[in-house]
Amino acid sequence: MDNLNNKSISMKIKGYFKDFKLSEHATGAGFILLFILATIVGWPSFLKIRNLTNILRQISYTGIIGLGMTLIIISGGIDLSVGSMTAFVGGVTIFFLNIFPGDSILAVVLASIFSIIFGGVCGLFNGLLVTKGRIAPFIATLGTMSIFRSLIQYFSGAGNVVSENIHYAYIGSAVYLGIPVPAWVFIIVAIILHIVLNNTQFGRYACAVGANEQVARYSAIKVQWIKLLPYVITGLTAGLSALLWSSRLNCINPSDCTGYELDAIAAAVIGGTSMSGGKGSVIGTVLGAIMLGMINNMLVLGGVSSYLQQAARGLVIIVAVLLQYNNKN
Amino acid sequence: MVKENTSKKLASGDALLAVRGITKEFSTVKVLDQIDLDIRAGEVMGLIGENGAGKSTLIKIICGIYQPTAGSVLLNGQEVSIRDYGEAKALGISIVPQEFNLINTLTVYENIFLGNEVLLRSGLLDKGTMRRQAIEQLQQLKMSLNVNRLVGDLSVAEKQMVEISKALMLHARILIMDEPTTTLTGHEVETLFNLMRELKRQGVTIIFVSHKLKEVKAICDRVTVLRDGLLISVDPIEEVKEEDLARKMIGRDFTQVFPAKKIRDKSDLILEVNNLGVKNLIYDASFSLRRGEILGFAGLVGAGRTELFEAIMGLRRVESGTIAIDGKEAKIRHPRDAVDLGMGYISEDRQGKGIVSNFDVTKNITLITLGNYKKHLLIDFKKEEKRAEEFKKTFRIVAASQKAALRFFSGGNQQKVYLARWVETEPKILIFDEPTRGIDVNSKREIYEFIHQLAERGVSCVIISSEMEEVIGLCSRVYVMREGTIAGCLSDEHINEEEIMFHATGIKGREAYG
Repeated sequence: MDNLNNKSISMKIKGYFKDFKLSEHATGAGFILLFILATIVGWPSFLKIRNLTNILRQISYTGIIGLGMTLIIISGGIDLSVGSMTAFVGGVTIFFLNIFPGDSILAVVLASIFSIIFGGVCGLFNGLLVTKGRIAPFIATLGTMSIFRSLIQYFSGAGNVVSENIHYAYIGSAVYLGIPVPAWVFIIVAIILHIVLNNTQFGRYACAVGANEQVARYSAIKVQWIKLLPYVITGLTAGLSALLWSSRLNCINPSDCTGYELDAIAAAVIGGTSMSGGKGSVIGTVLGAIMLGMINNMLVLGGVSSYLQQAARGLVIIVAVLLQYNNKN
Repeated sequence: MVKENTSKKLASGDALLAVRGITKEFSTVKVLDQIDLDIRAGEVMGLIGENGAGKSTLIKIICGIYQPTAGSVLLNGQEVSIRDYGEAKALGISIVPQEFNLINTLTVYENIFLGNEVLLRSGLLDKGTMRRQAIEQLQQLKMSLNVNRLVGDLSVAEKQMVEISKALMLHARILIMDEPTTTLTGHEVETLFNLMRELKRQGVTIIFVSHKLKEVKAICDRVTVLRDGLLISVDPIEEVKEEDLARKMIGRDFTQVFPAKKIRDKSDLILEVNNLGVKNLIYDASFSLRRGEILGFAGLVGAGRTELFEAIMGLRRVESGTIAIDGKEAKIRHPRDAVDLGMGYISEDRQGKGIVSNFDVTKNITLITLGNYKKHLLIDFKKEEKRAEEFKKTFRIVAASQKAALRFFSGGNQQKVYLARWVETEPKILIFDEPTRGIDVNSKREIYEFIHQLAERGVSCVIISSEMEEVIGLCSRVYVMREGTIAGCLSDEHINEEEIMFHATGIKGREAYG
């Protein structure tokens, strides 16, 4: 009798969790765990508002790009050039800004628009190599990664490209309602791309193309367009990031933004986006990016050698992928 | 050792391989029901039946690829449990699959030894020994084939030889050949049969799976007929006529499976294709299709039927010729253009070209027509869901859970979702490529009914099929393709197996089929 009762209770409990799939909640659960861990390790500094907003600011540059990257990965591609592209676009934007004499606010506005559009153009270039040129995304963007980096080094004469407009620095360093502008941009872009991914025809088709390109083609989907657009979007996000970064420092160093591509990809992967395409979420990438920031912050506050920080984030990426992979089988 | 066994067993009439009471169910569908069968050492046993009769399932159970729901397999009178193909191979049972498991970028001998490589003491590959043994093996079988050639450069018949050598290299006593002649020409079939006779002389037992009666008659010692998962008969080959076998295989007249035909030679032409050419694949193909007609496309595998319609759908580059729809010339550069003109193409490759396996039913159904569910820029989920619900009802799609990915559904349900997607586009012309490949008789009947209903509603249907009885039973007119050209058009009483094979092979008479 007792046994029976136990059984029925355990059945009931199992019933509650029947639809609970670890992988669907892994990112959120990991996020909460990491937050608690960081709170303990970094007590009391971690929970201070200033520290938290600082984390948000730090992760927004790569986070914004990670949002675009999520779309690329979902559609079955990859973009390794985003770091170089960001430095390149940032540098060219400052050149563009310096054309205008004096401290014109209009010039800053124009430069901002220029930065985003120019990023989009760079992304379009990548996208055309992949779609029209039929080059594997990994190779095509490995090439443009070199090209963008080399161009900014050449144009800058290997020195800093400095803005001559005193208003420019305002964009990247401003704080609105207690939250830094880059973090605001990160949040807004995340909301927009979340809607694009889940509520538009393009988003649906990007998933279909990433899941099975042949099926998409045989279903009359314009596969080339669907593959091209994520690169353009990622270019736009890189342009935004370039604007925020270069205005924050008021200059661009040709070696800036190295390794952004890895953080952007890592954020997407930790957030549950499948590297084989077809599946992923923008919200996941937001969480993934913040998790990367929290790890860094926690290790700094905990006094862990900065040399070990890369190992910690590497570990998190591997665990995230393991969770994904194991759930597939 | 094997040969000794052979003679003893033959003398006593015992079975080398026997199955007892084999039953196999997939979810709730019974595909094999209480099969008892003895296969004697050194004989060639024909295993025939229509598609879906259970032939493949039975041989997969013998090879350990499937586990039977009930029943047992006996080897030399002893019960054996074969848990996977590896264990079957260890017991001397090998299969020459219908679709070859060869690696095109490796040489003949590397393929023959794939997975059983001979190693030197150092752990490196002993290429010399492998080459020598492969050459010996091929000589023994009287096959002339250079072992250093890349498999990718070989003809289908030569690849089959490699596949057979690979099986024999494992000292196979029982060789199962799954429809080995499907893709061979008449001459190549003869070569294969000579090889089979040679194997038999060397004491190898062969199970020859086929649905071509003349071949069975030509090569087998005994023949087993399966139908709808039941064992119908086992006969010595000299005691049965082809007609008897056909009757046993089909078990009913064609007319019972297929709804009555409707001739529509009066309705208007909806599609006219003139002198269409696709580089190296299709030459000067011309044909026409009428409203509400069910038009067949027959021919051997590789005759270019799929390629022809892929070109018409904008999936391949058209080099020459014209396509006219409703009398107006159509420019089709992308499948989207074809869909907008009211055409649809249901591929034979459901997994590879049909369904998005990680999408749910709704997303799969609206994949082509998603543009119709937009409100401003966003998808109207409610409207989309409502439409999908209608389809789930009319197509009787059984969903395990509303949001489950399609890969968790049965093949039949996946097929229904795939059909629903194209019906949703409201096509005027729907092309079915091998619509009933690998599905059971009941689902077949459902699909035939479905095609007829479409035709009743004025949709023109094109049926590309390698199953002769399907084309004959369903279509009011049949084009036959051969080597990228349209070899002939048959209608009414001229639609029969002989006429189709005559055009498909270009060889006259009954030999064409053997």
